[in-house]
Amino acid sequence: MADQPSYTIEELELKAVQIREDIIKMLEHAKSGHSAGPLGLADIFTALYFNILKHDPKNPDWEKRDILLLSNGHCVPVRYATMANAGYFDRSELKTLRAFGSRLQGHPERLKLPGMETTSGPLGSGLSQACGMALGLRMNNELHRWVYVVMGDGELNEGNIWEAAMLASKYHLSNIIGIIDRNNIQIDGPTESVMPLEDLRGKWEAFGWHVIEVDGNNIDAFIDACAMARAITEKPIMIIAHTIPGKGVDFMEYDFHWHGMPPDHDQAVKAMHELRTLQGRIVSEHE
Amino acid sequence: MSATHITNVNRELNMEPIRKGFGRGLKEAGEKNANVVALVADLTESTQISLFKETFPDRFFEIGIAEQNLVTTGAGLAAMGKIPFVSSYAAFSPGRNWEQIRTTICLNDRPVKIIGSHAGLFTGKDGATHQMLEDIALMRVLPNMVVLAPCDSIEAEKMTLAMAEDSRPNYMRLAREATPVFTTKETPFEIGKAYVFDEGSDITIIATGTMTYQALVAAESLFKDGIDAEVVHVGTIKPLDGETILKSVKKTGAVVTVEEAQINGGLGGAIAELLGENLPTPMIRMGMKDHFGESGDPVDLFEHFGLTAHHIVLSAHQLLAKNSK
Repeated sequence: MADQPSYTIEELELKAVQIREDIIKMLEHAKSGHSAGPLGLADIFTALYFNILKHDPKNPDWEKRDILLLSNGHCVPVRYATMANAGYFDRSELKTLRAFGSRLQGHPERLKLPGMETTSGPLGSGLSQACGMALGLRMNNELHRWVYVVMGDGELNEGNIWEAAMLASKYHLSNIIGIIDRNNIQIDGPTESVMPLEDLRGKWEAFGWHVIEVDGNNIDAFIDACAMARAITEKPIMIIAHTIPGKGVDFMEYDFHWHGMPPDHDQAVKAMHELRTLQGRIVSEHE
Repeated sequence: MSATHITNVNRELNMEPIRKGFGRGLKEAGEKNANVVALVADLTESTQISLFKETFPDRFFEIGIAEQNLVTTGAGLAAMGKIPFVSSYAAFSPGRNWEQIRTTICLNDRPVKIIGSHAGLFTGKDGATHQMLEDIALMRVLPNMVVLAPCDSIEAEKMTLAMAEDSRPNYMRLAREATPVFTTKETPFEIGKAYVFDEGSDITIIATGTMTYQALVAAESLFKDGIDAEVVHVGTIKPLDGETILKSVKKTGAVVTVEEAQINGGLGGAIAELLGENLPTPMIRMGMKDHFGESGDPVDLFEHFGLTAHHIVLSAHQLLAKNSK
């Protein structure tokens, strides 16, 4: 499947709502897992799987596919929900999240689920693996495949990230498109009080990256940012995607307490009601 | 010494650092397979990866002093069909990057080849910080990981070639100083096999890495004392060749293990686990006993920590005396 079916932005926004509903249902059923990050990333994952990535849900190992790494593995519910909606597996399997015997492990495992490019959870290792993959693609002369790697902002506390930042710049790995989920929260609180990241743009630029900042909850804008990223040569590209943690569920938005917590039944009912009444117009509802 | 031994123990042998054999093996592996690539963390010359770098500059990547990045970049290259050999000092890799090895290589099942140079007491004057003694234990507990310790430079060369053809994650420890080259091109090597280097019937001396030569010297000395020792070289510490080891121990009923590493979790630990479950046998574990090393000439360190052929002889006598009571 070299080409994505063409969806309108409104259709993509509706898919994002569906994915958010699936995330809420999965987490409620699993009674454990992370809420804020996956909800905040729903628009980015919708854009990736339904517009940006070259991939084939029926042939996850397709040799011409783009690579998508989820470095912040705890956000994997959004990837599972998006993959199910894209046709990698049946949506009914989403209910097995974190259950014994499930392919949908609490943190993603490559060997469990086809289409999961790597195993992650311990933070900070995705960008290095992206470097290795990007070097490998270049050696193989596969010049039209990109490595996308999604990272959390809290994850940038890890030294391994900055080791990779230097390496990608040294080897001019312009086939890496990094995506930072800049939602400003981590487990212990706001990122800027736990371990300040700003000047975040300046940091990446100082490390030799081309930086693009975008509203990560605006599907249209994010698609444009990735198109621009693919046109950049000579430098690796970092997209700082500003997102709202818990996006789409009013009582979860902006609240770091929802980082590592699932909704209970009543909260899930409330969240589902809210998502359904948004009718897919998430961006405009908050404008 | 019995007549059926495989190798001659000869003090006139050539001396060469084990890491040199790795350097030659890697170049040869690179010639055989274009997918072999090499990564290093600012130690190109001392880990002997320089030979590969000169021959295949486009397949060599300098990662800088960043061991976490070293192994994870290796994992990424392996995902693209490459066979990455990643090398640094054992104290830093796998000393510093164990979690990355666990998650991105072992759990992820990527065939990255981790080379830990300057392991053990032979790192001498650099002191305790650089004398990696816990690497065997660290790597042995990881599912999917193969753990290797060659006894001389020729075996290191064969091991490196075998690693390039093995589909699993591998760890190989190397020593810094020149040690006797006592195996030959014809000495058999296969990953997963232990080899009886000297047959005997009174006691089994099980050794790995540089200590295997000392075990052979000890066996020669013991033979003069009327004790016919069997020397088993365990080049592959994991998966352990239980069949060969149990067969030997069944015959002798006494075991001494020798390594220049922590016995807790090291070769001594592995043999004790094997025998404890299958064939409880009186044994003495020689190696580092829950303490660190210190700076000094390796000769002095091996003497101080009781890891010379002479000490092996004493341990064998001690164990046999205890057994005969």
